[in-house]
Amino acid sequence: MKIDKKILQSVANNARIKLNKKEEEELLVQLNDVLSIFSKLNEVNTDNVESSFQPIEVKNVFREDKVESCKEDVLSNVKNKENNYFKGPKAL
Amino acid sequence: MNNKEYIDNVKSGKTSAVKTVKSILSEIKKINKDYNYFNNVTENLALELAEKVDKNPKGKLTGLPISIKDDICVKGVETTCSSNILRGYKPIFNATVVKRLIDEGAVIIGKTNQDAFGFGSFNTNTDYEIPKNPRDKSRVTGGSSGGAAGFTALTEFPHVAIGESTGGSIAAPCSFCGVQGLTPTYGAVSRYGLIDYSNSLDKIGVIGKTVNDLDLVFDVIRGHDSKDSTSLNKSFNKDGNVKKIGLIKETLDIDPKIRDVVLKKLDELNIKYEKISLPLVSKYSLAAYYIIAMSEASTNLNKYCGMRYGQEENLNLPYNEYFSDVRTKYFNKESKRRIILGTFTRMAGYRDAFYLKAMKVRTLIIEEYKKAFSKYDLLVSPAMPIIAPKFSEVNKLSPAENYMMDIMTVAPNLAGLPHLSLDAGTCNKMPVGIMFTGNHLDETKLINVGKKYGI
Repeated sequence: MKIDKKILQSVANNARIKLNKKEEEELLVQLNDVLSIFSKLNEVNTDNVESSFQPIEVKNVFREDKVESCKEDVLSNVKNKENNYFKGPKAL
Repeated sequence: MNNKEYIDNVKSGKTSAVKTVKSILSEIKKINKDYNYFNNVTENLALELAEKVDKNPKGKLTGLPISIKDDICVKGVETTCSSNILRGYKPIFNATVVKRLIDEGAVIIGKTNQDAFGFGSFNTNTDYEIPKNPRDKSRVTGGSSGGAAGFTALTEFPHVAIGESTGGSIAAPCSFCGVQGLTPTYGAVSRYGLIDYSNSLDKIGVIGKTVNDLDLVFDVIRGHDSKDSTSLNKSFNKDGNVKKIGLIKETLDIDPKIRDVVLKKLDELNIKYEKISLPLVSKYSLAAYYIIAMSEASTNLNKYCGMRYGQEENLNLPYNEYFSDVRTKYFNKESKRRIILGTFTRMAGYRDAFYLKAMKVRTLIIEEYKKAFSKYDLLVSPAMPIIAPKFSEVNKLSPAENYMMDIMTVAPNLAGLPHLSLDAGTCNKMPVGIMFTGNHLDETKLINVGKKYGI
């Protein structure tokens, strides 16, 4: 399996990272180099093996769905805000 | 004076926490000029905490200066994970570990340098000045907790560092800087307030000059926390007897000079071992680890988009352009590389071949370890396959070659197993680390073997 230019551009676009030509060329070589290490896993037979999404058994933890007010604190880290809301770029 | 004696002296009023903290703060400024271990020195907070301690000297860590890796939140203190994208971010809360430390009388002295978001083995991927090895300034500290290990080695004052490991970020810098580090069982220490790299792998741990230091601080930070949904609600195994140790055969296939330092140390301490083979662990951990780490990292880093915290840009840009602009400008090269690789391994059409495959291989690796622990109390290996490399050597490595350096440390991290990295001696005047790995929740065995070791 190899990453070509088209896949790289589509992945970078999904990840919202812009790449210039030089970065694209450099990354294509580096990423395929790393993928060849990743592909080693194909040697392992994993038929009927469960996935370990955590390394140790973890149980679901629930808490009460209680709203706690902290609006002013939460907004303390941004410049772009208005009327106690975060402000983002125009969607339309 | 060791840390325990210092704490007792502060408690009895013989020593002033404020005086000690002032001394260590001026030492940090001096050391930092040459070595770059701290991103941020929290002078005001440190003095405020020290004054409180002197007025009311209470707690297991009374007056003990503690440095915090920059990926852990301290209320009101700039916390950046060494990444430009988080410059200016001041958390509005303390991480659980920070709260527990302060509650026991510890004094937070600053935030230590690391690879941005933990992405690196040498601490050269920081957006701050690169930290230098305490024994040779032309060499790396190791990463990603490089500032924590480097400062621990050089300071002449009472101090313990809080580090964090995803795939070896405690053991690697400890090995390169000649200090001791404990990476606990996954879930044994709350991750609440730790800025995520890879949720199923991240573990907060301790770096110190002695095993007693590790024990002292681990005792304070460990234990269940309802604020972290993956925090374990189980007790640690009480049996601390270490009778049989297995030496992982495949890890000896390295530079014979480094191997011999480790074997000599085991002989010196009269630690008996049997050689054991772990073929799956040795062959496939690296690939499984990096796929999982990058996949999880790429989702975690989606939140850095120029809103809510961190860097912001002009909102007049078109919607998608705005996010791409901030991310392209403020993530460094290695962060971009890992985001792109991780986005790829999770993408429709590739997810089964990479991400899910890695999760299944992880199951087989854990099983192989568990089988070994049915026979052995602990496993032992060198901590790193090399001594701290020179900056000029690291610059020549390709990303793939870079990732290969984690060959020893990724496996226990992938399996969530606790491990202890100890200074074993030197090779070419540079420190060599030895690593003991235990079964889940077997920290007592690790601490016991470490104490026997005599550091």
